[in-house]
Amino acid sequence: MMNSSPSSWRRIPERYCLIGTSCETCKANYFPPRLICPKCRRKGKMVDKQYSGIGKVYSYSLVNVPPSGFEIEAPYVLALIELEEGPHLTAQVVDCEEKDVSIGAPVRMVFRKIQESGPHGLIHYGFKFVLSK
Amino acid sequence: MRRVAVVGVGLTKFGENWDHSFRDLITEAGIRALADANMSGADIDALYGGTMAAGRLIGQEHITALIADYMGLNPIPATRVEAACASGSVALRTGYMAVASGIHDHVVVGGVEKMTDVSTGEVASALGGAGDQEWELFMGATFPSLYALMAKRHMHEYGTTEEQMAQVAVKNHYNAARNKYAQYQKEITLETVMKSKVVSSPLKVFDCSPITDGAAVAILAPLEQARKYTDTPIEIVASAQASDKLALHSRESITRLDATMIAAKKAYAQANVEPKDIKVAEVHDCFTIAEIMAIEDLGFCRKGEGGKMTADGATALNSKISINTSGGLKGCGHPVGATGVKQIAEIVWQLRGQAEKRQVTGAEIGLTHNVGGSGATCVVHILKRTN
Amino acid sequence: MAKLLKSGKLGERATRKVILMAVGIVGYGGYVPRYRIKVEDIARIWGEEGYRIKESLGVSEKSVPDLDEDAATMAVESARNAVRHAGISPQSIGALFVGSESHPYAVKPTATIVAEALGATPNLTAADLEFACKAGTTAIQCCMGMVSSDMIEHGLAIGSDTSQGRPSDTLEYTASAGAGAFIIGKENLVAEILGTYSYTTDTPDFWRRPSADFPSHGGRFTGEPAYFKHVVNATKGLMERMKFGPKDVDYVVFHQPNGKFPKEAAKILGIDVKKLEPGLLTPMIGNTYSAASMLGLAATLDVAKPGQHILMTSFGSGAGSDSFLIKVTDGIEKKRSRSVPLSTYINKREHLDYGQYVKFRKKLKSL
Repeated sequence: MMNSSPSSWRRIPERYCLIGTSCETCKANYFPPRLICPKCRRKGKMVDKQYSGIGKVYSYSLVNVPPSGFEIEAPYVLALIELEEGPHLTAQVVDCEEKDVSIGAPVRMVFRKIQESGPHGLIHYGFKFVLSK
Repeated sequence: MRRVAVVGVGLTKFGENWDHSFRDLITEAGIRALADANMSGADIDALYGGTMAAGRLIGQEHITALIADYMGLNPIPATRVEAACASGSVALRTGYMAVASGIHDHVVVGGVEKMTDVSTGEVASALGGAGDQEWELFMGATFPSLYALMAKRHMHEYGTTEEQMAQVAVKNHYNAARNKYAQYQKEITLETVMKSKVVSSPLKVFDCSPITDGAAVAILAPLEQARKYTDTPIEIVASAQASDKLALHSRESITRLDATMIAAKKAYAQANVEPKDIKVAEVHDCFTIAEIMAIEDLGFCRKGEGGKMTADGATALNSKISINTSGGLKGCGHPVGATGVKQIAEIVWQLRGQAEKRQVTGAEIGLTHNVGGSGATCVVHILKRTN
Repeated sequence: MAKLLKSGKLGERATRKVILMAVGIVGYGGYVPRYRIKVEDIARIWGEEGYRIKESLGVSEKSVPDLDEDAATMAVESARNAVRHAGISPQSIGALFVGSESHPYAVKPTATIVAEALGATPNLTAADLEFACKAGTTAIQCCMGMVSSDMIEHGLAIGSDTSQGRPSDTLEYTASAGAGAFIIGKENLVAEILGTYSYTTDTPDFWRRPSADFPSHGGRFTGEPAYFKHVVNATKGLMERMKFGPKDVDYVVFHQPNGKFPKEAAKILGIDVKKLEPGLLTPMIGNTYSAASMLGLAATLDVAKPGQHILMTSFGSGAGSDSFLIKVTDGIEKKRSRSVPLSTYINKREHLDYGQYVKFRKKLKSL
């Protein structure tokens, strides 16, 4: 895994608090954040955008064969989440089984450990999602 | 711009080549391609090499210097090109542009990947680098899982079934069993695919391309000089490439690859052909769903009908359109950097009439379609036999 | 009620105050992980009779954190609930304390992780407390002091633990996971904290050395000289100093290492055990350590009516007890709709078998 202290640290606002960006010119919302709006480019004006953490499942899969670092958690549900403000993101859906998940199911953000840099390294925290009633 | 032809191709056997190192693989394929083109190393003006992850997989960077050295091609310029699983095709396109522009006359293009020197987990992590490390892989995504997300959504939007996806694997293993270079030499049944272990639902082991060692080399020359080297020059009549958002979640749709659609549209225009003119195509089937989406995006059927078209047998050898006669990534194997060049070799053999037991009758125009990552790079080439 | 404590017992400092300016709870939140293991399922592994253990501990099952949960993640979940309930801006939090004996790092703070996740940084002070099972209530006292002295507008006190129990040890039947968070302030209170008093000695009934994976304990020594002495004396101390008796309170929350101790403590103090009921969670979720009395208070506030009084006394091994007298205000009803009742977490549960539990708690050395 490629997670050093600085690379993990600089993503804290996004991964902990779901702060992305929004273009004031075309009103498009982005998560993960971008420095420039791909539509407006230099005509765009990007500002920080706090996302609510409410969304729904756009697509999902039960990962049985995990990448290194995720072995003990497997199998887990990985999903594309459509935030209520528009953007999609990739995240795990936890506290559920695959059969509980469906496309369109409402979800909300929770705070969990994403991965650890081994037993002596940093713990990397961030967003996951749970099904909301 | 000059017209460009492929005058020689060469492959290694694809598979778990325990006794071949990275440099052994590319050298072997290179020797075969030069022999095929009746050229000597002294005729070559430049080298372009495509490899995705040599740094992660064998700890070696600067690989085109290594290749030029071991193929005895010093001091020609040797340039590495990287675009994940599309590295081979992008290298080929770079060589094509060099010849077309008149900068170089004879160009050797190599694609190579040595994947079995490290553990499966390390391969998975290295390939993961084709996606978005910070926002996909970090969250626990794997490559199979990204394509699984596409598959699940495709099933949702178009009613594609797991059986239809499985038919892609069955067909491609059938073709692979007729290709001496292929990793898998055995036909499989639908039941074998359906009963295989789920890797990332709905994709099973047999929906996924394998880990493969292999190399492929093609020699390019200006068309007007091509007959010096071969009786059947195969002209590259279209070379198109497009890019898209790196991460799946940033795309407008995940049931099509916009980069494929854009590259295909440009390629058809360059070649002045339509999808119906294509009788043989090598498409990027890193997962079975990828082939279904590819035949839709390339215009071989309507959107959403790729599963049905496959299940109907319309993509089988010598049917409406013969898709992945080499066995594709699924059956022939997927040494990532080599795949794009291997696709070219397969189409060259088909157009020359040298494809043996998998020969497509009357093949005159062929297409290759190579995807990087989950679709952020796509390259389409159209090749034509010149009479 | 008197503003200053009168002269205490021999040896106590006469200057200690028990009552503050109007300070109280602006909002609160709890969190309990979804997984449970039944006491019987643990007992079966060790050849014990499950019903006897269940009976003697007064606990039927305990919560188990998911593989991706720890004291920091649970603290965040409870704190987010508290901030939402309080209806405050995270930026108004001037102090944040996380009490735990299972901080994810031996060295590297938890409270800053929580502060970042709440969006409360950087204009605040924060600290981790490790003070056995009463670290969370100690954090409440710290916040009370800072709020009443106008150092800060809001203080956030959290108790969060994924407690450990050595396989086959009695602790294994109860050591569970949860978090409770309280926002302390002066305005828009859901409950006023009328006073607090602590009773503190060094009574070593429970400990864990830095290199040890699991704690050790004094067996029956954890009872009379440790839990009961401190809980009873802290409670009595507060009653004496604030001049109230068992009948003046509507609900009582005690630290709850098992389902029995709080009831026995209530009997000793002459308190009707029925007053414990809303806040006695250990029988259903086990001992959440630093969160135990805080979650008990949260569950009690979920049902309490304006004007009612709640007595809470925490306990930490080798740490002592903090006792609080709390009066529910009219404000509680207005904020009900914003709260996530603790019953939501308590009722949403999925049972693990012992093998899964061993994996979840990473008790296999090879994991």
